[in-house]
Amino acid sequence: MLQRDTSFAPVSQDAHERERLANLHPSEWRNPQPAARYNLVVIGAGPAGLVAAHAAAALGATVALIERELLGGDCLNIGCVPSKTIVRTSRLYAQMRNAERYGAQIPADIRVDFAAVMQRMRRIRARISRADSIDRLRAAGVDVFFGEARFIAADALTVNGARLRFRKAMIATGARPDTPSIPGLVEAGFLTNENVFDLTELPRRLLVIGGGPLGCELAQVFCRFGAHTTIVQDMPLFLPKEERDAAQILSDAFARDGIEVRLNTEAVRVRVEDGQKLVDLVSDDYKSTVAVDAILSGAGRLPNVEGLNLEAAGVDCNATTGVRVNDFLQTSNPRIYAAGDACLEHKFTHTADASARIVIQNALFLGRQRLSALTIPWCTYTDPEIAHVGLYVREAREQGIPVKTFTIPMHDVDRAIADGEETGFVKIHVKERTDRILGATVVASHAGDMINEITLAMVAGIGLRTLARVIHAYPTQAEAIKKAADAYSRTRLTPTIQSLLRRWLAW
Amino acid sequence: MQWDMSVCRIRRDASTSRRIHDYGRPLVVELMVEEREPTDEALLDGLQRAAFGYFLEAANPTNGLIADTSRENSPSSIAVVGFALSAYPVAVERGWMVRADAVERSLCVLRFFRDSDQSGSPEATGYKGFYYHFLDLHTGARVWRSELSMIDTALLIAGALAASMYFTANTPEETELRELVETLYLRVDWRWSQGGAATIRQGWKPECGFLHYGWDGYNEAIVLYVLAMGSPTHPLEDDCYEAWTATYQWENLYGYDFLYAGPLFVHQFSHAWIDFRGIQDLFMREKRCDYFENSRRASYIQREYAQRNPRELAGYDENCWGLTAGDGPSDEMPEIANERRHLFGYAARGVPYGPDDGTLSGSAALASLPFAPEIALCAARDMCQRYPEMLSANQYSSGFNPSLASTDRRAWVSSGKFGLDQGIVLMMIENYRTELFWKLMRDCPYISTGLRRSGFRGGWL
Repeated sequence: MLQRDTSFAPVSQDAHERERLANLHPSEWRNPQPAARYNLVVIGAGPAGLVAAHAAAALGATVALIERELLGGDCLNIGCVPSKTIVRTSRLYAQMRNAERYGAQIPADIRVDFAAVMQRMRRIRARISRADSIDRLRAAGVDVFFGEARFIAADALTVNGARLRFRKAMIATGARPDTPSIPGLVEAGFLTNENVFDLTELPRRLLVIGGGPLGCELAQVFCRFGAHTTIVQDMPLFLPKEERDAAQILSDAFARDGIEVRLNTEAVRVRVEDGQKLVDLVSDDYKSTVAVDAILSGAGRLPNVEGLNLEAAGVDCNATTGVRVNDFLQTSNPRIYAAGDACLEHKFTHTADASARIVIQNALFLGRQRLSALTIPWCTYTDPEIAHVGLYVREAREQGIPVKTFTIPMHDVDRAIADGEETGFVKIHVKERTDRILGATVVASHAGDMINEITLAMVAGIGLRTLARVIHAYPTQAEAIKKAADAYSRTRLTPTIQSLLRRWLAW
Repeated sequence: MQWDMSVCRIRRDASTSRRIHDYGRPLVVELMVEEREPTDEALLDGLQRAAFGYFLEAANPTNGLIADTSRENSPSSIAVVGFALSAYPVAVERGWMVRADAVERSLCVLRFFRDSDQSGSPEATGYKGFYYHFLDLHTGARVWRSELSMIDTALLIAGALAASMYFTANTPEETELRELVETLYLRVDWRWSQGGAATIRQGWKPECGFLHYGWDGYNEAIVLYVLAMGSPTHPLEDDCYEAWTATYQWENLYGYDFLYAGPLFVHQFSHAWIDFRGIQDLFMREKRCDYFENSRRASYIQREYAQRNPRELAGYDENCWGLTAGDGPSDEMPEIANERRHLFGYAARGVPYGPDDGTLSGSAALASLPFAPEIALCAARDMCQRYPEMLSANQYSSGFNPSLASTDRRAWVSSGKFGLDQGIVLMMIENYRTELFWKLMRDCPYISTGLRRSGFRGGWL
């Protein structure tokens, strides 16, 4: 088992990192004197914890927020924010290399300055960290405690020896990368999202283990930076939860980028020889070995539930699935709730945010809001992006719902053609013979932005019939959604209706 | 017949020779042919007979196995043998081969399979009634560490059943033929091929057991499931077919509602033997469609895609389409190494999401003939006229790529011929002309039982 590095001090000590540290965990910080009892104690200052703390404080509650490392959690420090900044740079390099496709000249000398890439990432991360800063929390009236939280009773916990009593508490301790059980991997050393953004040099050869969102995003990024990248996935396609065509398009995009794709392949052993890592791969009966300089694991995430002494508070949990909650996000201790990656299957920043808002309503204001009522979109930020919301066709059919999918390839969308971004599609799944949207998958350059419109329609109960009446600015890539709605409208023109229309127009 | 492409002219107006398809009953509407342009019948006859020629040229007379391709040292593909077993009856019907010769060739290969090593060892021929995908053309032993292939075994068995339904004379030879086919079919342990899962596994190897390749979504396997459901000895579990169809996706694409699958062969292979007109399983009843109509729409979607030609590839238009599984240029080929485009070699190319590197299959477009003759014939004529290099001795190459034209503007063409292409062309032309296989197989009790157990109802069933 990889020992978690509890040191959160940044490797680089440039001005950006100093600013981030000052915002998120100032070295001079002293924990305040605890109040006699808090309306709400929040454990973990990631997206869920910060949302809950700010919201509860704004509503007049007394709030304590406990964080053992950095405010902002994984998303800001080692997740969405740093990864998206380097995704952007990697796209730019890909565009430069493909400049001729856009009628531009390929620059004479495309050199990747990895240090500059990472410096930009640190600058942007520091800037965004201002929103999550301790100053803002203090200004909002939140008592911030740095240290390890440990329950001592059903209504109390300690932080660095200080005792905090609460009426309600929320566990939002997040998750950490799982370690694949590959012999020799730990000894050889490997990267995860926790340390990959500390790299100061681009690995010449990189092996990515796992074809989930993180593995796919970073494999493409590092390949575009010039690392010879191999990705192994022990399943037939990447992103196994996504639909087949989306994953297939991604496989093709990887091949075009020059990533060595090894599907149906498992990494079974790692050893170090002559300073390089040798990884044995097995695909059914085919065995091979790849030599690399770095290994990146994107093999799932585990909830952070150890060390909290949850038994003392009567909170049930599981090492794999996390804190056990009901549909109201209440744990087995009715005073204590949970939100975010520590308890949810969908480990996304926006789900953490949404679940924290449910907790505030339910814990502090007698709310009865349900997790199951949420409509949750998600997106993998590869190029093209792959976004989804609602049911997959398979799920709908398993529930006995007849499904029909309206598909618009992006090559039928004028703006996508103009942008040279024709790879992908919009697929909107509706209940057969109705316009009710069950779910959707978008594969497009900016699928993450496009999925929001469909999510809005689903939450508002808007069907394709109404979407067809919504004027979309022309030309935009989101027009693909309108085209799907138009395709639905055309299917309403049955032969009978067409015949009636012809008769009506026969004047 | 050798068709001289250089003098062929196509007129694309109302006077062009056309057929319309009245649900399987071809009807010549109007015939007006310019000088020296072959009639539809002559065109099809020439292509069909040339395709049949492959099975004569590629056969090993000592064991009846047929080479996968015409390339040097090609092994035998068991699926191609299935097509050969179906080809012989066509040849007899059309007077290209005497009946006794056809029976003898069939007996030869059926005896080989009956007597083959079924131990499942790495050098055997098969296991549990299934066969390895590729066999040594001379010894019949497994080659290329190939997998025990469920779908290719099904194509072999379907071909064998077609032969047994055709050679029904009460002679010792034809009686033996029917008994051999019965033996081969009944010994296939279809249930074992589920490997404990809800659906059939794609393959098995002695070195690692069942392969864990995904085989989700609509594909060419209906004939496999029907044969497996109809077995009186080792049938699949009752819910196996439904579990397979649970992964279907019904899509509206380019204005057509259809059961999605990208490559064209998926919409064709099962139809070579089974007449899906008017019969519906649970899924198709829900969608108020049938698989034949679905393949017709899939053919139109291929044409729509080629007209849109999103990748701006050379040649693609309303009469030049056919993305399917087949051979194409690859990045490893030194003569095209400077190309910036990514090339996929042998791959299942599909519509609309690709992969698409500009490689088309003339045989795939023609094999849509029974479903959509009004577009498939035009495409076949036009493609042959524009790219005559895709044919040699009137046999289709596996693929051609006009985007990789040589300096004399000839398209890149896959070398040699592939047996699967010749087989599907031969059978689909025959189904279009006479419905031979559809009629034969309607009377096959295993097929009708398999269809019923899979939930098919209506129509001829």
